[in-house]
Amino acid sequence: MLDILDLLLTTGFWAATLRMATPLIFGTLGELLCERSGVLNLGIEGIMTIGSMAGWMWVFQGGSLWGGVLVAAAVGALFGLLHSIFTVYLGLSQHVTGIGVTMLTSALSYFIFRMMLPDVTTPPKITPFAPVAVPGLSQLPVVGEALFVQSPLTWLALFLVALVGWGLYRTPLGLAVRMVGENPMAAEAQGLNVHLIRTGAVMAGSALMAVGGTFLTLSAFDAFYIGMTNGRGWICIALVVFASWRPGKALLGALLFAFFDAMQMRVQQQTVVAIPYQFYLMLPYVLSIVALIVMSRRAAYPKALLVPFRRGER
Amino acid sequence: MSSPPVLSLNKVTKSFGAMVANDNISLELAEGEVLALLGENGAGKTTLMNILFGHYVADSGTVTVFDRELPPGRPRAAIEAGVGMVHQHFTLADNLTVLDNIVLGTQSLWSLRLDAGRAIEKLRKLADDFGLGVDPLAHVRSLSVGERQRVEILKALYRDARILIMDEPTAVLTPPEVESLFVTLRRLIAKGLSVVFISHKLGEVMDISDRVVVLRGGRLVYTTATGATSRGALAEAMVGRTIPQPSRIQIEPGRPLLALEQVTVRAGGRKALLDGANLTLHEHEILGIAGVSGNGQNQLADLLSGMIRPDEGRVCLDGKTVQPSPMTMVRQGVGRIVEDRNDLGLIGDMTIAENLAAESYREQGFSRFGILRGVALRRHAKDLIEQFDVRCPGPDAQVRKLSGGNKQKLVLGRVLSRAPRVILAHQPTWGLDVGAAAYVYDRLLAARRRGSGVLLISEDLDELLRLCDRIQVLYQGRLSHSMLTKEVDRRELGLLMSGHGMEANSCTH
Repeated sequence: MLDILDLLLTTGFWAATLRMATPLIFGTLGELLCERSGVLNLGIEGIMTIGSMAGWMWVFQGGSLWGGVLVAAAVGALFGLLHSIFTVYLGLSQHVTGIGVTMLTSALSYFIFRMMLPDVTTPPKITPFAPVAVPGLSQLPVVGEALFVQSPLTWLALFLVALVGWGLYRTPLGLAVRMVGENPMAAEAQGLNVHLIRTGAVMAGSALMAVGGTFLTLSAFDAFYIGMTNGRGWICIALVVFASWRPGKALLGALLFAFFDAMQMRVQQQTVVAIPYQFYLMLPYVLSIVALIVMSRRAAYPKALLVPFRRGER
Repeated sequence: MSSPPVLSLNKVTKSFGAMVANDNISLELAEGEVLALLGENGAGKTTLMNILFGHYVADSGTVTVFDRELPPGRPRAAIEAGVGMVHQHFTLADNLTVLDNIVLGTQSLWSLRLDAGRAIEKLRKLADDFGLGVDPLAHVRSLSVGERQRVEILKALYRDARILIMDEPTAVLTPPEVESLFVTLRRLIAKGLSVVFISHKLGEVMDISDRVVVLRGGRLVYTTATGATSRGALAEAMVGRTIPQPSRIQIEPGRPLLALEQVTVRAGGRKALLDGANLTLHEHEILGIAGVSGNGQNQLADLLSGMIRPDEGRVCLDGKTVQPSPMTMVRQGVGRIVEDRNDLGLIGDMTIAENLAAESYREQGFSRFGILRGVALRRHAKDLIEQFDVRCPGPDAQVRKLSGGNKQKLVLGRVLSRAPRVILAHQPTWGLDVGAAAYVYDRLLAARRRGSGVLLISEDLDELLRLCDRIQVLYQGRLSHSMLTKEVDRRELGLLMSGHGMEANSCTH
């Protein structure tokens, strides 16, 4: 058990936690935006995958890293639009459409990757984002290096938590998004276009998911390979519930999950006790489920989540 | 009329599928006028106003406000032209604050800051001017129904509405709340607003309006100055015929069908919600349970629906003790007309045929070897639709698209087609108009003639005094002794309903 205490004192562990939390922060914020407007987006897993592929491909073809992030966001928004056409305008099942989007985008990612790079056997690499140190703060003892030397995308993620929180609660647009997720008829009665607002929220949310995906290929790793999203999208869906649809708590949830995940990786390497490694793999998920149960007891979900709004119908 | 109308509808027509909801309707609203739009449920009042406000797009016809034609299907345009609508089902988000609900849509969506300070200021001024006090920072879910309606009115006033459309504003209010609403309305009119007041309640229409327009079956059938008409004339125009007073013939009650003996229900809590209740219901009898909702009415109804079981005491049907469950009650011949037809009585997303067979689908004729027989279900539905005069596109229509009165006819059809021996009727005319209510009365009296016993739980004293053979009062879970309707007076009932004299009487049976 002392091993674990030692572990908690290493700077590398905390840096890893923050790094592993980054795609989850993007994804959870994205899903949260969609759900706040009343639309469940199960396309997240696939949108993260196609985001990771698109951003990487842009850079591999000679584009800039930030260009790659923008390309990923645009591709994410595009598939968000697809999801909204079916779920918002046509009012079809959000579950079925979302799973369809995930299947489509995942398959499309591998297909395009193979089409463009038919001959490679080992995944080709790019030069990923270099960590950025916050001047001053990164010089602090122990925590400095861990918390203040990070990928610029991690800084972006943290900034976005604040931005989304401020936007949702402090601007007219955010109020409109919350309202269409609570009672779309009320929004329409105030002269707002429910379909447009929902579509906008789903597109913006999907763009965030895709950026979360591309963090994997442009920052955490340097290559794209099959299966790399590895269920992170689904984790984000659970984290939104954990967060009670609040951006601040979403950050907390993402950090908590990443903490468990980073811990299980270290413990797996260090421990001498003969516990099958699958147990450690399972650990973050089990702990997340426990946390989810505790946290979401009193969660006030958006009342119009999953409810399509059909104009002029009674 | 000297001044030009502030609002005019010109030949508006709208149909939903095969049903024509509005047929070529034209009307005008003068400045400072209260125009009552009267009609039964399903007459097309709400549809017409939804077209005016832009929720629906008319098939043909135009809406003109202050001499300018509104583009169809755009609520924003209606709001900007000065129209405010107070919807029957409030369009408020419960989890947001009053302020959020009101300012939504008033600022450009791209501005960076919600200007809460100025909004609160303006709200406070409006509240003072019109007597509509409500805490701007309270969450809507914490407000009473009356307060929510104030928020709806404030929403319209906040956007400087000059024309206020109120869709059945009194449907959900208690009598004192109605009075305070009328005070507000009179103040609004004094400030020069014009009001369209939708209702099916004749007394209120006579009280508040200057002019009345009556809709029936989607057509405009009658226009008159309120001063030049009478309740009777309006009722007739609304229903299209003279409404027959339900006739109660004298019948001697037969043997007992249903008995509650010292029944106590706690429903999980410590407090008894039904406390040692005794009652006996006989053949050929309507027994009324008077009292204000929330005094154990729901528990009594749930008990007889089979939704809950007594904690103490016995429920007897035909002299035999039963353990209530939905299935036993249905099998023992209890017909259940529950209070909330939308949530509990019917399944909105299922078809009329399916809903009508909801209690009998396992029986011979409707299913065989565990497989439903669609043809039989539909035939059954067609019969009942005809027999109970349900206005609908057909047996395959979704129930949620029907009006309240037609839904209640479905419930009645389902219950009465099984020739129940005991009928539980919990607020059976709640939310229904005169015509539909008279229809329900007629059917319940007919069931009594045939030998059923009816337990009528109601808040409406007129209803109870008209229909019942005997009345008991339910107050804080305790049932009073039973009184013969012909011997009781309203004052005595009123006193019992507010708890006076209950202690002395509660044990005498």
